[in-house]
Amino acid sequence: MRADPGALGRLIVASSTAPVSLSRELIALRAARELAPGSVVNLGIGLPTLVAGFVEAADGIRFQAENGILGYSGISDSDFDADLINAGGQPVDLLAGASFFDTADSFAMIRGGHIDAAVLGGLQVSARGDLANWYVPARGGGSVGGAMDLAVGARTLIIAMAHVTREGEPRIVEVCDYPLTAERCVDVIVTDLAVIDVTARGLSLRETAPGVSVEEVGAWTGAALDTSGPVREMSL
Amino acid sequence: MNAEVFFTPDAAVADIEDGSTILVGGFVSAGTPSNLILALKRSGQTNLTAVANNIGLGDLLDELCEDRQLSKVIATFAIRASGTRSSRFEAQYRAGEAELELVPQGTLIERLRAGGAGLGGVLTRTGLGTMMAEGKQVLELDGESWLLERPLRGDVALLKAWRGDRQGNLQYRQAGLNFNPVMATAADLVIAEVEEIVEAGEIPPDGVGTPGLYVDRLVQCEPIPVRWDG
Repeated sequence: MRADPGALGRLIVASSTAPVSLSRELIALRAARELAPGSVVNLGIGLPTLVAGFVEAADGIRFQAENGILGYSGISDSDFDADLINAGGQPVDLLAGASFFDTADSFAMIRGGHIDAAVLGGLQVSARGDLANWYVPARGGGSVGGAMDLAVGARTLIIAMAHVTREGEPRIVEVCDYPLTAERCVDVIVTDLAVIDVTARGLSLRETAPGVSVEEVGAWTGAALDTSGPVREMSL
Repeated sequence: MNAEVFFTPDAAVADIEDGSTILVGGFVSAGTPSNLILALKRSGQTNLTAVANNIGLGDLLDELCEDRQLSKVIATFAIRASGTRSSRFEAQYRAGEAELELVPQGTLIERLRAGGAGLGGVLTRTGLGTMMAEGKQVLELDGESWLLERPLRGDVALLKAWRGDRQGNLQYRQAGLNFNPVMATAADLVIAEVEEIVEAGEIPPDGVGTPGLYVDRLVQCEPIPVRWDG
């Protein structure tokens, strides 16, 4: 199943409080471009699962799923097979060279530093790269799955999320007030407004979404943001 | 060291005692011992602790909550972060009627592995600086911090494999492996549901995913299709 970014449009979110912004699909597309050819990548549940639809086959990216698959290409359109699913329970297609293994092996890959990159969703990211993405205080709960292991173990951690909450509150904050997934783990934040790098000196703006100004990104960000580097417009 | 063959899943689980801790293999729809879970529901044991990857809407494990058979769940997925519908377990947990120990997936499998392999615990970075570290020992070794996680075992393990032979060797199919091989090592009584029971030798030695010495009981069942609903 391959998504067609041209058909997705943009500027689909327009509410009284949140900024006008990229669609979830375009966030996924931009996050997909962070992935190096030939890399092994784990995708979290939700928005990150869309990333599989935006990688080029020629790039030879292999997706790993916590439940014990290395080498799926994306979500399958074929008949559902209960034993051939990713960690979100979705049916997947396998690439040549795929393998199955048990959960202990799967988390040896994840915790042992063998996964090149993980793309996870986020609820909050702090200025020093702390991640909160499993517990929703307003709902009084959440589930952790493999998120804590991936946050600690993946060599590069990319967070793909909306820049602000539905109520217009920044998700990028000085200090997370949601329960943490892991400390100092995030490398890159891809949102509907911007691409931001987490560096040793704090958050650094790398790209803005088309039509979004540096000032607007700063206004919707709840932490100090270095905008002094070369800031480009996202190419989508 | 033959495994005992049972003719129905009900007979295979009938003598599980109230208050047991039960390891349940499977990950969402893959490798889930659906027939054994439903047999446990019919059998009616109570005050059970279930250890499983997930319990949620559409999971057969949640069926055990209909008659309040689970007093505690140890899992990685149990509470939905979004949506308005909730599982029976989530409702009972929120009402204070059932206990939940939420465990990171890698920590859950390694605690089970330690329990099955005779190890005293696991040192991991996962969970450091989070709610998962509350009340647990943090060790400083060579300048690095590690969270100590203790072993986990069950009285009983319920597993699902593709084929089993009369010596108890199990062969898995695709992503049906998941938690099953490690759980096979970590319980006093190991019961496996398989799609086909075959003679010893029919599963090639290099196709055995769980060596027969771990497996006590086998029952052949038609798999029940499960599709996850979160």
